[in-house]
Formats: sequence, structure tokens, C-alpha cells
Amino acid sequence: MNGLPRTQHIFSSGLIAVVGLSIAYLSFTQEPADAFIFPRLISSVFAVLSVWTFLKACAGRTKVGNGISCDAMKKMLPGLVVTVLYVFWMSKTFGFYTATAIAFFVLLSLYDPAPHSKLKSWWKRILITAGFMVVMYGLFAQLLNVFTPREIFF
Amino acid sequence: MGDVFIPINFGLLLLGTIGGLILGATPGLSPTMAVALLIPFTFKLEPQQGLILLGAAYTSTVAGGAVSAILLKIPGAPANIATTLDGHTMATKGEGAKALQLSFISSAVGGVFGVLLLIFLTPVLAQWALAFGPSQLFWLAILGVTVIGTLDSSSVVKGLLSGCIGLWLATIGFDDIMGAQRFIFHPAVSGGINVIPALIGLFAIPQVITMFTKGRSSDDAEVISVKRHPVRLAFVEVFKRKTALAIGTITGSIIGLIPGVGGQIAGLVAYDQSKKFSKESEKFGTGHSEGVIAAESANNAMVGPSLVPLLTLSIPGSPTAAVLLGGLLIHGIFPGPDLFMNYPKVAWTFIDSMLIGQILMCVFGLYIAGLAASVARVPHAVMAAVVLGLAVFGSYSVQNSMGDVYVMATLGMGMYFLERFGFSAAPLVLGLILGPIAEANFIQGSMIANATVGAGTYFFTGWLNWLLILIVVASISYSVWMEIMARRYTTIEDAIAKEEKLS
Repeated sequence: MNGLPRTQHIFSSGLIAVVGLSIAYLSFTQEPADAFIFPRLISSVFAVLSVWTFLKACAGRTKVGNGISCDAMKKMLPGLVVTVLYVFWMSKTFGFYTATAIAFFVLLSLYDPAPHSKLKSWWKRILITAGFMVVMYGLFAQLLNVFTPREIFF
Repeated sequence: MGDVFIPINFGLLLLGTIGGLILGATPGLSPTMAVALLIPFTFKLEPQQGLILLGAAYTSTVAGGAVSAILLKIPGAPANIATTLDGHTMATKGEGAKALQLSFISSAVGGVFGVLLLIFLTPVLAQWALAFGPSQLFWLAILGVTVIGTLDSSSVVKGLLSGCIGLWLATIGFDDIMGAQRFIFHPAVSGGINVIPALIGLFAIPQVITMFTKGRSSDDAEVISVKRHPVRLAFVEVFKRKTALAIGTITGSIIGLIPGVGGQIAGLVAYDQSKKFSKESEKFGTGHSEGVIAAESANNAMVGPSLVPLLTLSIPGSPTAAVLLGGLLIHGIFPGPDLFMNYPKVAWTFIDSMLIGQILMCVFGLYIAGLAASVARVPHAVMAAVVLGLAVFGSYSVQNSMGDVYVMATLGMGMYFLERFGFSAAPLVLGLILGPIAEANFIQGSMIANATVGAGTYFFTGWLNWLLILIVVASISYSVWMEIMARRYTTIEDAIAKEEKLS
């Protein structure tokens, strides 16, 4: 497993093994038993396979999956934070369209390679965001009549 | 065939085809939803006109789903999952236009074959479809999950484990028979996990996060080039890959007949079989045209046969067929063995329009392929934000539920990390789709078995049960053997280089 992050594999497969064993435990202890016949079947296979994967990782015999590098983690973190805030907080607090516009603009500003110092870059980002919102509103609100949460804004 | 070319009918056929392509290409809008959205528009139409519109939409949304599968790696519908495997890789190599052309041409070939089967073999095929009882449907669902699980040739165990995770996710919510709560950790999943938001999350969000990892430096900003690709060469390519086309078309047609299963797994099973029979199996997953051809010919070939149980036995063969049944009933038409005697004009105009619709779909699809491929020119910063926005809106619009958006985002972020450790989304999604089918038939079969011959005899006797079990075992054994062989003759450096390339 040269070059592959063994510790990450042990941690991730360990986590999956814990989930697999927990599901198996729940399946065999919950009532009514008749409702858990199929989950018992599935969770047994799930638990066996996940423990096998964990043991292979501990033995350093995992051959697939590159893990996540520190550099990739640093680059994705701001985007991930915006995504989490957008989905789990802003959409229900500000309203769907306002939250989408904010998240879209922030993500664009975070990852667009155009220099922040130039006014032209900001105008481009504002125009792209506005264009996207017009398309979203036209498609979902006007054409498909999807009623999204309005909340404090829109 | 004459009634199809009446101006109003032909106009509706065009409208259904173009509208279906657009709706199919929109992430989150499955063929079922597209047909359901169009039903209110058919109220004021004649029955045959309404059915022409719905049939054309059904055909073209399945094919249109390939557009987002190839360009954005978001399958427009579960039927397009297999298309992402090679289609999106082709798009990242600048071959988006070629991948789309191949997908529409093979869709048309498969679709025409499927509708011809519907026309000529309906009575025979209907009897064959009835041979599948609960035990066979249970084994078929297990076959679907193991086949796609073993598709992940890098690690059979991780592929099967992904399938198990999907099957478990499918059990979340209320049990259908006892009404008991199972694994409800959050109110968002109290009604179970809806397939469409899960599908969007599992495929779209890992893509978005991968784009985030490229950062904002101009060196990292990849603007994918799109090579022009003449349509003539696409036709040559499709017909040169006869084995993939034949496997896709035949597999899709056969699987399409089986009620409840066909539409979802036809593309994946065809992809797997095509890979196993191909002389260039090592190229699958790296942007190989055979992968796109097999998957797309299969998922359109299943459209015609999936209507056989509906039109002859009143049993909807797929969720979309169930919605179509609603469309028929609204117009006072009750499908069944005497449909072709009581309403011959309506039935034959509907079937003929589906045949013409396949050709129109190909023509319009090839036209939009050139335009749609320009999506690949969008820089990744814009693409990440667009895909995230579409994923959120698409998953919300399924049931107007924020719970679906939470499920989509949670599964998507989890899938990104799982993918980094060698797991894949396709078996997980298939487990989620086939889980309810497997469970319902397992429970039904167990009840029958307890009242008659016992579970062992019921699930393990009969040639069809044994055939399906043998295919499950053979599929796993073959993949394990291939994995062992690949490792024996591959150096560690090669394996790492291959992993780097794939990831």
C-alpha cells in the first residue's frame, strides 16, 4: 500500500465497521421482530463485509482509494462550509432564492481564478449570479410551479 | 401509422419529444415526474393525442437524462446511472459531443428495437413476464445489486459493501407491513429516503466537492476543451461496436419486461455484460465508447417492453408506466387483454407514435448534442456553483420538502469521502432502488413459503430461481478471479498510477 494513506484507511473503514455493527445490533434487538427480518439479512452481510474491510486496512492490504491530502482538504473546506450553511441554515432562514443567490455568489468569488482586485471580475460574478437566478426562477417558479420556502426574504 | 402524421398529432409528438429532452436533461426531473407533469395538459386532448404526448415524453426523457449524466455526471434518471461511468469521463477528455452523439444514436437503435418487440411480440412476452413470481423477483433484485457491486473491479468487497449500504438505506422509514419505525434517526427520513434526491446527492455533490479541491489559482482552473465530432463518424462508431450495441439492446429489451425492475437496472446490467464480453474490457470506466453505447441502447430498449405488462395485463412495468396507466384511466381507457380489440385506433396510434418518437428523439438529440457540449466549456468555479444550485432545487422540487434537500446534501458529502476510500456510488444507488423491491418480494415469498412448501424449497427450487442464483454466484466469482489476476500481474507502482488516474 505504498503511497496510500494507511491511517486514513484504518479510520474510514473502522468508522464503516462501527456503523455496520451498530445497524446489525439494532436490527437484531428492535421490535417487532417481523419488521426487521430483511434488515437483519442485509445488516449481517453489511457487518461481515465492513469488518473484513477494516481488518484488511489494519493489515495494510487495502489497494484502492487514495484518501484525502491536506492540500485538497484546505481547498475544499471553504466551499464545504458554504455548502453546509446554504443547505442546512440559509435556505430555511433567508428563503430559497436569496440563499441560493448568496451561496452562488460566494462560491463563485471563492473559486473563480479572476483577480479580486479588478472591478470587472466582480461585475462578471454578479452578472453570472443574476443570470443563474433568472433561469432558476423561470424554470422552477414559473414553468414547474414549485413553491419554495420564502421565509424572511424570497 | 397514418394517424401519427395528422398535423395536430405530429405537432404533439414534436412537443413531447423536445419537451422530454429538456426535462430529461434537468437533474431531478425523472421520466416519471416528466410524464406526471404533462398529464394535466392532456385533459383537454383526445385520448390518442394525450397518449402521443405522454409516450413521446417518456421516450425522450430517458434519452435526455444522458445529457446531464455525460456533461455534469448527474444522471437525469436512475436509468442513466451507467452512462455516467464512461460518458462523463469522455466529456472531461473533451469528447462530450461525441459521447452525446453515441448516446442518442444507440438510444434510438435500442428504442426502435424495443418498440418493435412491443408491436410484434406483446402476447408472447406478456406470458413470459408472468413467469416471475416473488422468489424470482427477489433473486433478480439481488442479482442487480451484486452485478453492479462487482462492476467496481478495483475491489469486489467494497463494491458489494456499497450495495449493502444502499440496501440498508432503503429500509429506513416505516415498514410497509407492520408499520414499525426502522432506523429513523431524523424527522427528514421518517418517510424513507426518496430515490431522486439520493441520486442527485450521491452523484452531483461529490463532483461539486471535487471541483472545490481544485482551488482558485488560474493554473488549476480547467476549462475543458470540446472537440467537434462529425455525426457520420458517430454512426460509424456505433455500428462498429456491434457487440456492445447488441448486448445493450437485447439486455434492455428482456429486462424491460420484468415488472418493477427493468427501467432501473437495464443500463447497469448491459454495461456489466458488455464489459465482460468486450475485447477492450480494461478501457471501461476510462471513457470507452462501448460503455456509453451499451448503457444507452439498453435503457431505451427497455421503454417499449416495459409497457407490455401494462397494455396487456394492466400491470405497470415501471413507475413511469404506472403514471401512464393513470393517463389512460383519466381518458376512460382500461388496459388489458382486450385493449387492442376495444380501442385499436388509440392503442396502435400510441405504439406507432413511440416508434416515430424514437427517430425524432435521435434527430433532435443529435442537433442539441453540439449545443449541449458547450456546457463542458464552463469553468469549474461556475460549474460547481451551478451544479450545487441545480441539485438543491432539483431535490426540493421532488416532494416540495426540505428534508429531501438535507438527505441529498448529507448523502452527497458522505459519498465524496467514501469515494476517496474506494467505494462507488452506482452500487449504493442501485441498492437503494432495488431494496424495496427485494424486501417486498422477500416478505411476500416468505409468507407464501410459510403457508406452503417452506422458505428453503420456495426460494431454492425451480429453474428460473437457480438460473438467477447461478448468475449471482458466477458474477461475483468472475469479478473476484479478475481482481486476483489483475493484482498478480500488476506492480504496486502500476496500481498507484491507475488509482491516481481514476481519482
